[in-house]
Amino acid sequence: MSRFRNSLLSGLMLGALLAFASGPLQAEQAKKPIGLGRIALPEEIAAWDIDIRPDGQGLPPGKGSVKEGEEVFLNQCAACHGEFGEGAGRWPVLVGGRGTLDKDNPDKTIGSYWPFASTTFDYIRRAMPFGNAQSLTPDEVYALTAFLLNMNDIVKDDFVLSRENFSSLKMPNVGGFYDDDRETTEKAFWKKNPCMKDCKPEVSVLNRARVIDVTPDSKAGPKVE
Amino acid sequence: MTDNSSPTAASRRSFLRTAAFAGAGLATGAAQAQTPKPDPAITEVPDWTRYLGPGVQNAPYGSPSKFEKHIIRQDVEWLTASRESSVNFTPLHALDGVITPSGLCFERHHSGVAEVDPAKHRLMIHGLVDKPLVFTMEDLKRFPGRINHAYFLECAANSGMEWRGAQLNGCQFTHGMIHNVWYHGLPLKTLLDEAGVKPKGKWLLAEGADSAAMTRSIPMEKALKDCMVAWGMNGEALRPEQGYPLRLVVPGWEGNMWVKWLRRLEVGDEPWEQREETSKYTDLLADGRARRFTWIMDAKSVVTSPSPQAPLVQKGPNVITGIAWSGRGRMQRIDVTIDGGKNWTTARLDGPNMPLSMVRFYLDFDWDGREMLIQSRAMDETGYVQPTKEELRKVRGVNSIYHNNGIQTWLVRSNGETENVEIS
Repeated sequence: MSRFRNSLLSGLMLGALLAFASGPLQAEQAKKPIGLGRIALPEEIAAWDIDIRPDGQGLPPGKGSVKEGEEVFLNQCAACHGEFGEGAGRWPVLVGGRGTLDKDNPDKTIGSYWPFASTTFDYIRRAMPFGNAQSLTPDEVYALTAFLLNMNDIVKDDFVLSRENFSSLKMPNVGGFYDDDRETTEKAFWKKNPCMKDCKPEVSVLNRARVIDVTPDSKAGPKVE
Repeated sequence: MTDNSSPTAASRRSFLRTAAFAGAGLATGAAQAQTPKPDPAITEVPDWTRYLGPGVQNAPYGSPSKFEKHIIRQDVEWLTASRESSVNFTPLHALDGVITPSGLCFERHHSGVAEVDPAKHRLMIHGLVDKPLVFTMEDLKRFPGRINHAYFLECAANSGMEWRGAQLNGCQFTHGMIHNVWYHGLPLKTLLDEAGVKPKGKWLLAEGADSAAMTRSIPMEKALKDCMVAWGMNGEALRPEQGYPLRLVVPGWEGNMWVKWLRRLEVGDEPWEQREETSKYTDLLADGRARRFTWIMDAKSVVTSPSPQAPLVQKGPNVITGIAWSGRGRMQRIDVTIDGGKNWTTARLDGPNMPLSMVRFYLDFDWDGREMLIQSRAMDETGYVQPTKEELRKVRGVNSIYHNNGIQTWLVRSNGETENVEIS
């Protein structure tokens, strides 16, 4: 009996302690919703939720072959990106560039730079063709993705891409990225007392914008990269 | 003891007379010793003094004086393939204070300006939430807890053309992918709380309603800390080119994340690895590997006048002025040099110094007509000091495109002309 009372007491005390410790937190959680807005319907979410993740989450049902992709590409994409994905004029280059990332003029393409195949599918689906976005069928997007991967020597000529085999794709540069490390690798920039007086003996001009002469007000209209 | 410090009344008068003559001589030019001519701007009555001007409602929505019509955003045509997926630049050289006029805020679009009807605009929150919700603009404006904040928005590619050396002559072009305005709206946390983020919800995908359906993954910690959904800027509705009717505000972080025409927020447990956070807005280093998720904009500053588009015109009293900002907090100090970094003077700040917002600095000085190499160097409250371009290149190489916050040098020639240069 006394044991029971003791344990009841300690239970009460524990409860009181918990209530005390989590008081403000509970108040936060218990905050009543404002009640504005309304529940999003499943059809509405489905209409807008078009994003694809590297693990394939979000992929619609469908499939498309390299060959089918080539046809869509020539009709819908080649005007800007070139027949071989080489980029017309200043439009983005989609193909090639492997082995150039540490060179003086790196070519950052789907094949040389993009770490995930899902990004290609996602971006085509949401934003391409430029000026006629979200007009392609899922099969066409599968086919275009397959074609671009083929042009970048990532899949074979007879490859058919589908939701089922999507996660088997591995991009060449998937290991080429690491998280922001400025706070360690650039620690030297947190200087306590930057120099104020007699900081260097000599100063000379190393290069001048005028030599390049590419400012819009000037006459020159050079081509860049 | 002779009293040198207290001249007689007569000597003081004669001193003043001499000074006046010296002044007159300077004003009319040393060669001509003739009587100065009265200024017609004073002696003649101009039209605007004689005749009536336009009445009220002549310009129901006002615009700047016609004499300021050259102060505009400008683009660099050779930079991009089309103006729909392009950028223009804020005319920093002509601005003062810290607030950027709405019509001069630089634009960066990926598929042009979406002209969104606010009555048909919806914001959806879904994914790992207790209740997926849809809001109208009207709903959002009824929420309690509305806030106002001034923040800078800098494109991660600001100064990106300068990695390989001085290239563009004008701070509008070298530094103009930035603006600093007031935002009016709600803490993003208010809306996320309303939907109820599930414990696994560590990331947020923000998406625009434009034809790029622009997306970025944002860590939940930042979303809950200080992000805003804003419908207003500088006291009025957002401008269409800044995301009307609704945009995301991600204080201190790269501009690309501040999704315009914001229509969807999805809560998830992993980043989505979208185009704008993999193929773009990652910083390629010299070894061929790239930093990702480099969201914070480091401390940076630039002298806006003198600068190539705002040269010096007269010897004597002059003002060096510029702006500074940091994505890591409040500005602590801005130093200015006129001798290429041999000696520095701490500049005077005037106006508000709010965290994650621009500050304005001034250095009043007398110019003797000597050639100058002017720089500014920002330091924020974390002790981060804006590095030189050379210091940056040592760590990052020249291929990173983004996050160039190196110290800018202006060469001011003895005739006042000013040029973008790099120095040792």
